[in-house]
Amino acid sequence: MVDDLYRRVVLDRYQAPVHRGPLADANATASAHNPLCGDEITVRARVEDGHIAEVAWEALGCSIVHASADMMADEVQGRQPDAIPELVARVGAMLAGSDEAADALGEIGVFRSVRRYPARVKCALLPWKTLAEALAASHSEPRA
Amino acid sequence: MIETKTLRADFPIFERLVHGKPLVYLDSAATSQKPQVVIDALDDYYRRYNANIHRGIYTIAEEATQAYEGARQKVADFIRAPEAAEIIFTRNTTESINLVAYTWAQQNVRVGDEIVLTEMEHHSNLIPWILLAERTGAVLKHIPFDSDGYLDLDAARQMIGERTKLVSIVHASNVLGTINPVREIARLAHEHGALVLVDGAQSVPHFGVTVADLECDFLAFSSHKMLGPTGVGVLWSRREILEAMPPFLGGSEMIGQVYLDHATWNELPWKFEAGTENIADVIALGTAVDYLARIGMDNVRAHEIELTEYALERLGEEPDVHLYGPRDPQRKGGVIAFNLADLHSHDVASIVDRDGIAIRVGHHCCQPMMRKLEVPGTARASFYIYNTRDDVDRLIEGLDHVRQVFGIARG
Repeated sequence: MVDDLYRRVVLDRYQAPVHRGPLADANATASAHNPLCGDEITVRARVEDGHIAEVAWEALGCSIVHASADMMADEVQGRQPDAIPELVARVGAMLAGSDEAADALGEIGVFRSVRRYPARVKCALLPWKTLAEALAASHSEPRA
Repeated sequence: MIETKTLRADFPIFERLVHGKPLVYLDSAATSQKPQVVIDALDDYYRRYNANIHRGIYTIAEEATQAYEGARQKVADFIRAPEAAEIIFTRNTTESINLVAYTWAQQNVRVGDEIVLTEMEHHSNLIPWILLAERTGAVLKHIPFDSDGYLDLDAARQMIGERTKLVSIVHASNVLGTINPVREIARLAHEHGALVLVDGAQSVPHFGVTVADLECDFLAFSSHKMLGPTGVGVLWSRREILEAMPPFLGGSEMIGQVYLDHATWNELPWKFEAGTENIADVIALGTAVDYLARIGMDNVRAHEIELTEYALERLGEEPDVHLYGPRDPQRKGGVIAFNLADLHSHDVASIVDRDGIAIRVGHHCCQPMMRKLEVPGTARASFYIYNTRDDVDRLIEGLDHVRQVFGIARG
């Protein structure tokens, strides 16, 4: 049921996000735009001593973008930037249908139900891809 | 008036369920559904007389040629074009506009010449001119629209002048629904010697458009929005303009005499139809045009006005529904853009989809318009001959469902 997706996965984080907003001392930033639906997102990270200390995001997008970004910010805290591409690939695999990937993702695994809304898969993935891009380009200037 | 109940039986798609519910299709501005006769016309060509056209000596090639050229005549009659040779088949409205940009405009537009568009154009009537401006140094100008979604004609009078070479405008907006005063703008343009292109993608399927009424020089529209198959567009222009234009795509069919290093061009309309044409789909467009003509375009328009009026009234009663565009159903097509509370339109569409309701959301290929409206996107319901008041009621119920899911009160 669509209600389940929204009730279980999306609504808490959409209505009461924890990590939305600017991030002081960010040293990795990327912005992305989805030309198909017009969604825009900026993800900022602060990397300290080889670990992700904090992630914050700002977006003009649907509730799935918001919820995915907010839960991602929790999930990646304390991880090494080098580990992020593999994690993003796993999120991609989950959204493409892999239960194994979903099981391995812990709390993020609740996004597996987005599979039943193929048009929304890109919404769930957008924050992850943007974070990966931010970390890959870190130490470069934030882009508009 | 249209007997919607009996007419819906002509469209096999309405037999299916979506998520266990009867399909409520409110996206005809994106593409229309197809009646059985159109589907049959495709099938009939492939089963009975599939052959390449124009140079075949044998019977089925002759049948295919007659059906293809017969469809051209039907389309010409439908928009009251003076002659069938002025109907060029393309792939879609976008290709029709690009054809003009790469031939007539390429030949006639110089550095500093002006092309006047509007702020409510679909990307298909923006990008070809941006590309032309990059190639030629032409200057683009845009007639603004006001907060009700109407074009500012005073601004148009200021903008259209001696430097204007072309005015290219949408007849009916695919988002706001606004029906623009094309003839008035065409007269302004012609006073200054400029030509006028009309994007009829959202008007020709719905209004009974004739080229004489519009007083335009080019008219572009698509088959798939008027009950026909995808893959066919139409460009109409006057014979003298088309004859003076260089060819668009080169290849077979569009030629007269060919030598190794030069060639002459075929007569109209084939000069602009290089390669094997989209034979089956053009023939089926002819069938779609017959179907619409039988219903009568006045009846189509009256049905859509009634439905739009009802939908505007119902949606207008919802305090948290924000409507965009004209509120006068006489001055707009059957297209209603809206947002629910502060929700993103994709969330609204996903939830109503589970109730079997198909609406389109996002920027509707009008990013500059969205910027002006200061929204990332809107939801859009659009109507055609097969829609009913019941469809509107189902949409209203669907919006209630969205509110429940998001835990927001109506209002």
